[in-house]
Amino acid sequence: MAIAATVGEHHDEQSFIRRYIFSTDHKIIGIQFLFTSLVFLLVGGVMALLIRWQLAYPGQAVPGGDPVSPKFYNSLVTMHGTVMVFFAVMPLLVGVYSNYLIPLKLGAPDMAFPRLNMLSFWIFVSAGIVAMASLWVEGGAAGAGWTAYPPLSGAPRYSGVSLGQQMWIISVLLFGASSLLGSVNYITTVINMRAPGMTLFRMPLSIWSLFITAILALLAVPVLAAAVIMLLFDQTLGTTFFLPADGGQPLLWQHLFWFFGHPEVYILILPAMGIVSDIIANGSRKPVFGYHSMVYAIITIAFLGWIVWGHHMFQSGMNPLLGTTFMISTMAIAIPSAIKVFNWLGTIWRGNIRFHTPMLFAVGFVALFTVGGLSGIFMASSSVDIFIHDTYFIVAHIHYVLFGGSLMAAFAAIYFWFPKMFGKMMNEKWGAIHFLLTFISYNLAFFPMHLLGMGGHMRRIADPTMYEFLQPLQPLNRFITISVFLLFVAQLPFVVNLFWSLFRGKKAPLNPWDDNGLEWTVPSPAPHGNFAVTPTVYRGPYEFSNPLVEEDYWPQNAPPNGREGKAATIGAES
Amino acid sequence: MDWLPAAASTYAADLDRIFYVILAITGVIFVGVEATLLYFLIKYRGREGRKATYIAGSNKAEVIWTVTPAIIIVGLAVASQGVWSKVKNPDRFPTDALELRIEARQFAWGITYPGADGQLGTEDDFQRFNELHVPVDKPVVFELTSVDVVHSFFVPELRIKQDAVPGLNLKAWFQATQVGEYEIACAELCGVGHTVMRARMFVHPRDEFQRWVTEQSEGS
Repeated sequence: MAIAATVGEHHDEQSFIRRYIFSTDHKIIGIQFLFTSLVFLLVGGVMALLIRWQLAYPGQAVPGGDPVSPKFYNSLVTMHGTVMVFFAVMPLLVGVYSNYLIPLKLGAPDMAFPRLNMLSFWIFVSAGIVAMASLWVEGGAAGAGWTAYPPLSGAPRYSGVSLGQQMWIISVLLFGASSLLGSVNYITTVINMRAPGMTLFRMPLSIWSLFITAILALLAVPVLAAAVIMLLFDQTLGTTFFLPADGGQPLLWQHLFWFFGHPEVYILILPAMGIVSDIIANGSRKPVFGYHSMVYAIITIAFLGWIVWGHHMFQSGMNPLLGTTFMISTMAIAIPSAIKVFNWLGTIWRGNIRFHTPMLFAVGFVALFTVGGLSGIFMASSSVDIFIHDTYFIVAHIHYVLFGGSLMAAFAAIYFWFPKMFGKMMNEKWGAIHFLLTFISYNLAFFPMHLLGMGGHMRRIADPTMYEFLQPLQPLNRFITISVFLLFVAQLPFVVNLFWSLFRGKKAPLNPWDDNGLEWTVPSPAPHGNFAVTPTVYRGPYEFSNPLVEEDYWPQNAPPNGREGKAATIGAES
Repeated sequence: MDWLPAAASTYAADLDRIFYVILAITGVIFVGVEATLLYFLIKYRGREGRKATYIAGSNKAEVIWTVTPAIIIVGLAVASQGVWSKVKNPDRFPTDALELRIEARQFAWGITYPGADGQLGTEDDFQRFNELHVPVDKPVVFELTSVDVVHSFFVPELRIKQDAVPGLNLKAWFQATQVGEYEIACAELCGVGHTVMRARMFVHPRDEFQRWVTEQSEGS
């Protein structure tokens, strides 16, 4: 697994376009993913505001615009989900950090296939453009939900949307292609391009999780691709894969979609777990508690992720016996998830905590993921699910995992690796303010959704006031809308901090967080080609506060100091 | 305090019991985890001249927090399974039930009643849209289907939810325990009129229900 050290000289005459636009440098591609997905995060956020406006004040004109029509409402719900899952959260974790971190943390000069990597990014951009363009076509954007259940999504006569739905399919297909190219690259790089001494069990958990995630994506995305192609044929060529008229099966789509969809949920949360593990160890100045069991938990979650899809279909009419099977496998996932939470607590225990902004968000992740994990047990119970299925309880759950979980980790990661990406420090005080405002308004916005769900509030309805039994919940709906608005405003300090620091920020030192990873041994920003000399790795990534050294950290590439004797360090293979 | 809507079917209490058991268990874990987290954050906050304790893990701890959740999970799964099977397994549906057929469409519920002879598929069947009339304390077994897209039959107070899938005739049942008027909602996104796909359900005392059937049969 040795790699050539002679890189970095012959790239310097590259033009601006080759260097920053059509770049093959994994770091630039990671940064491109960062800014693109932040733009999509903003778009998805604005859609959320429109949805919430309609729910709080049904039928009233949006300030400075028209009322949200029921048809546009369905498009908003569909596109909010699509944008957030495919174009914001997934690239914000997988796209940014697989690209940026894998070579830097493993001691490689770049990805295994840099050109494929560039292609992956630009296909992703075109997927996003197709999705956005569909908002302006005749008939409007897709309105069958991000889950696109046929027959509603399969024939324009049911949804009133034709071109928009087809563009949604094309967009998902392009996204899938991008994701596949990325996965092939990440997997190959992790397997083939680790620096000498970087054994698998010396890899940071962030890399472990991105590696396992790439395998999940490689196996899951083709299933989605097959399903949406069949759906496109139903739409345009008159086939009836999912339309019952000529013997098609609507439930087939649900099986295919969720066979992809549930691993997708883990694609969205596993990288967050890995990144948070890195940052909590750094913030606590302690090794990750139970490193090996954390790795096995990641692998177990990924494996179980393949056999739980049916819990999305408990009420779909599939055989109730299958419901029992899927309930058991789904409940089993709670076990590795619990292991992870307890190990994070174990990492913090007896630490010497530095509350830098990344640590704040990482701790926020643990606090909120716990809620999302526990609320999942309600749905895992097939009988409780009878009542809460398709209600706001599910909406609360998914947002605790994807926002409270994935996005909190994404923020932690941005604050943590920003100095390496741009050579500047972000402002710590404003980072802390961003965290506090986000954490509070987030909980005010999403916790009450559990109560809506317990009241029976259906998801995806445009006007709760039509139902007598939902009338008493309307004040809560307004409260949530106001909180979501606050949550949106709470991102302002982040945006200002990001751009201000980019241009005016304090110059970043080599290793601002006193971390052990290889990425902190190269200058900030990391130069083209990464390492002047290929580093040699002597130990695992979490040697914080090891009694054998004076400092409370011990970089992975620091040569042995002669005091180790035969003492095992974490990650030493035995 | 009641978090869930008033229960009005025979199995509602069974569902609610599991709900509250899970709420109690997860509630305790939630408070425990968050309190521990907060306590650790305060107690182990960074101080000058202090070093963190170098601990890489504990196999004993790993075993404890693997086995404990596993035991809880098995218990919950067993408890859920009984209710799940009672509500959804067609082999265990009550006999001697009123049989109905419910046909969902964009954006209405069509309910076929068996008429005076109590038999579906005979001449005196009659259909009413968006009005479901049933007797109290008598099991109702219905065949659910859809003529266009996927819908979902949902009555919060009965704790019943079952998707209506075009091409499939699915069976579901309930037994209402409270006389009164309820709302039927569609729980699965079904198109532009999803929100307005709302119907009324009337649970009558038995003799009143019989009178209603007779009236309707004569009228049609």
